[in-house]
Amino acid sequence: MDASTALVINAIIAGLLLGGFYAAVSLGISISFGMLDVVNIAHPAFIILGSYVAYIVNDRFGFDPIFVSVVLSPLFFLLGMALYRIYYIAFEKRGQESLRGLAFFFGILFITEVTLVLIFGVDYRTVGTVYGDVTWRAGPVDFPMRLVVPFLVSVTMVVGVQLFLTHTFFGRAVLAVAQDQLALRLMGVNPVRVKELAFALSIATAGVAGAFLIVIQPVQPAIGREYIGLVFAVCVLGGMGSIWGTLIGALVLGIAESFTSTFFGPSWAPAVSFGLLLATLAFRPSGLLGR
Amino acid sequence: MSSRVFAAVAFAVAIGFAAASQLIPNEYYFTAAYTVLQFVILATAWNILGGYTGYVNFGSAAFFAIGAYTTVFLYNAYKAPLLVMIVAGTLVAGLAGLGLGYLTLRLRGVFFAIASLALSVVLFTFIVNWDYVGGARGAYVLQPREVPFGLPRYIHLLYVVMVLQAAVSLIVARTIEKSTIGRGLAAIRDDELAAECSGVPTLRLKIFSTMVSCALMGMAGTTFPYYLSFIEPTSAFSLSYAVNSIAMPLIGGMMSWIGPLIGAILLGSVQQLVQVMFSLGAWNLLIVGVLLVLFVTLAPNGIMGWVDAWRRRKGR
Amino acid sequence: MTRKSVLPALGRLLGALALAAAFAGTALAQQPLKIGFGMSLTGALAGNGKAALIAMEIWKDDVNAKGGILGRKVEFVYYDDQTSPATVPGLYAKLLDVDKVDLVVSGYGTAVIAPAMPLMMQRNLMFMTLFGLNVNSKFNYDRYFQIMPAGPEPAVGWTRGFFEAAMAMNPKPKTIALVGADAEYPHLALEGARVHVKRLGLKVVYDKSYPPNTTDYSPIVRAIQATNPDLVYLASYPPDSAGMVRAVNEVGLKTRMFGGGMVGPQFAALKTALGPLLNGVVNYELYTPELSGKFPFLEAFLKKYQARAVKEGVDPLGYYLPPYAYAMMQVLDQAITATKGLDNAKLAEYMHTHTFDTFVGTVGFAKNGEWAEPRVMMVQFGGIKGNSIDQWKQPGVVTVLDPGPYKTGAVRAPFQDAKN
Repeated sequence: MDASTALVINAIIAGLLLGGFYAAVSLGISISFGMLDVVNIAHPAFIILGSYVAYIVNDRFGFDPIFVSVVLSPLFFLLGMALYRIYYIAFEKRGQESLRGLAFFFGILFITEVTLVLIFGVDYRTVGTVYGDVTWRAGPVDFPMRLVVPFLVSVTMVVGVQLFLTHTFFGRAVLAVAQDQLALRLMGVNPVRVKELAFALSIATAGVAGAFLIVIQPVQPAIGREYIGLVFAVCVLGGMGSIWGTLIGALVLGIAESFTSTFFGPSWAPAVSFGLLLATLAFRPSGLLGR
Repeated sequence: MSSRVFAAVAFAVAIGFAAASQLIPNEYYFTAAYTVLQFVILATAWNILGGYTGYVNFGSAAFFAIGAYTTVFLYNAYKAPLLVMIVAGTLVAGLAGLGLGYLTLRLRGVFFAIASLALSVVLFTFIVNWDYVGGARGAYVLQPREVPFGLPRYIHLLYVVMVLQAAVSLIVARTIEKSTIGRGLAAIRDDELAAECSGVPTLRLKIFSTMVSCALMGMAGTTFPYYLSFIEPTSAFSLSYAVNSIAMPLIGGMMSWIGPLIGAILLGSVQQLVQVMFSLGAWNLLIVGVLLVLFVTLAPNGIMGWVDAWRRRKGR
Repeated sequence: MTRKSVLPALGRLLGALALAAAFAGTALAQQPLKIGFGMSLTGALAGNGKAALIAMEIWKDDVNAKGGILGRKVEFVYYDDQTSPATVPGLYAKLLDVDKVDLVVSGYGTAVIAPAMPLMMQRNLMFMTLFGLNVNSKFNYDRYFQIMPAGPEPAVGWTRGFFEAAMAMNPKPKTIALVGADAEYPHLALEGARVHVKRLGLKVVYDKSYPPNTTDYSPIVRAIQATNPDLVYLASYPPDSAGMVRAVNEVGLKTRMFGGGMVGPQFAALKTALGPLLNGVVNYELYTPELSGKFPFLEAFLKKYQARAVKEGVDPLGYYLPPYAYAMMQVLDQAITATKGLDNAKLAEYMHTHTFDTFVGTVGFAKNGEWAEPRVMMVQFGGIKGNSIDQWKQPGVVTVLDPGPYKTGAVRAPFQDAKN
């Protein structure tokens, strides 16, 4: 295999692995924005919070960050419930969610970032994992475990959530709430309760995704803002409210970024996700698999 | 008070204020005032789209940076005079606002907000890669040795320019607010669907509002490279601009032109104090963020909202 | 009045006058010498800013223990500039006009030095600065001084060592890959590298930059490998230095020499985090224990610094900024003492025409305020075992390649073999 073919194949592999991670990161937005219509732009802040929680435990006790985040995800779940409560009482009930809800979440994003900076400083933090420096080589093709392990867990989480939504009562209630809240009420289910639990689920996935993030790359508080565009790009590209769409959108984005990085220069990679977002909004706002 | 009278009064006050402050001997006042005036312009500009029309713009930093980098470009290319730079920066920012609006205002408001955030990142990446304006390395814009109009130092000139710019933005905001356009924007803010059905040309008004708002934000940025002598992307696109331009109108009151002015002066001065009195500059943004969340949750009409409520109670 | 009461009265009067004179004299002499500055205590460069502040405070304590400067006790008035250029004009205006300090020095880094220049130039103040790369090339201010040892052409002096070491290899390398972060220092460093590349007739086979917040550096390293360069020069900041070193190990980069301009591996945090991954890497250092013989007073200072640094959670080695922050203050001390005052014109003139004895050796300034002679060390790491910090506190893991007077060995090539 010659050098440039190897380059292309490695770019694709790296893109796919990264894409799986992007899917986990965007999963929460797919639920909160795609299905519940809550514009939670503070989502990346909870991802970063998840990263720092994983970092603290890893630093102190040496436990694997991904394991830690899964174990601690109920904490994020409760945090999500509390946040939705406030959001609902302050904004949604009064029908003023558009401007003020947005400003509210922006403030939350901001406060989280600045608080993390005040506590931890702006230095990058990393975690130590047993697989972090291991690379499995198949000839000229590399599979760094640092990307493979988060990829596998991400995809498991995404598939798990999708199965949950389609095969359990509560999951189907969530899908229903996205379509017709009044009908749901008429059937005796409290849509507010459903939304609250679904939103909590989205924040829990953010916490776990944070652990993936810090395994893949060093983390500092300001990174969250770069992911805002990325998560919305993935959801819009994939089609709002479709989990499979989110996965596909994430893989597409991962490969696009990887190719841009390798062949056009890494300077342009951040613009790829946003460019894709703007293009999708302009030409096909319903996305690839959207309704 | 008609708009013309207001404009005349505003200019008179501005010039009087600028002239009187020349008597202040220490330069620190001028550097601090420059920053506060910057926020007055940004807050007033944001409110035209945010408070009057109901569309949230998270990309204030992008348009501010457009103004700043237009200045850098013109400085490198032609060493253009300051007035030309100000006009050019305002126009370019306005055009960018037009582009953003045209692309996204047909969709739901939420997409406009996300797109404005996306624009910040795209523009940042673009500037970082554009060597002519310095790219990531930064660009130097040197203050001329001779200060025009016989003012003692260049910062005094920048200060006067900012006072005048603030007056312009307040006049523009109030004129829009009291005109038919302003009523149309209010209708969009309250219920866009109903407005559309009543015959309000919503798309045109929204695009107009976006253009004016973004143009004024650009205007605020045009003198920034001279203030610092050195501009680089990270500080030009600082998150402080995005969050302050939202927090200040929210805290001051989004319904009228006075709110952003009050919010900017109050919040801006507090931040300057925190920076030098206690050297706790890093806490500035936390304070602003917390105030933003508190006000948006508990006091959505801001300080002017309290004033109005108090006046109504008194009148009863 | 009797003679008996005049003498005591006169005595009391004289005594009172003498006391008053003494008071006046000592009151003047006791008026503290206030030095003002902004420093990065928060923000991107806070780690370095806090380290520099510790070094400056150690200097202040040392100087005051010896009676101060010209009999006056030294005091600092400083503010946190948050590593943000926007705060700088206001901070320095306050220091000069409201706090009325006697002397100002700069904060750390180009981003906070440049915005202060107009104010300094307007008031004709002598301005001693801490590590800005080539700031004065734009302003051409004759009272600007820089303590960074990069030499009169900073970008060229900073990068020279890498190329000197490279061309000493046999056979001489022919191709080079240039890579760096999209940021101020890496851009400037790469410009300096290109000057050497042209001078030596090397062929550039890769020349791209990446955004500093890149997630994955492997595609970049793979793209570089595809061009098969003899040399790879990297200019980066700490986060991407770490990312690139990890990626280079992950991909298994094959080249003859790698490194050169990475900020980061000078600090304990990266030395311990990367550990053996740094073996074989060539990079610049400002001080290493191999050189303790050449800088005798530095070891004593570093012990004092290291004790405080550990307590305050700052870089525990202190091989980067702290010696130079201390040296900067030593230069000022000697200049003020020699000119017997704070006349900025005299100070500037004295500093341009004399050399100074500091902890980092003899310091002399060129016409543009930069060092007259570059003195950046180019080193190669080797023999690093594990992630402990103690191996870095004594000689053994570093070979100094350049400049000549400090050399302790030659470069081990190719890079992939030097890792073992």
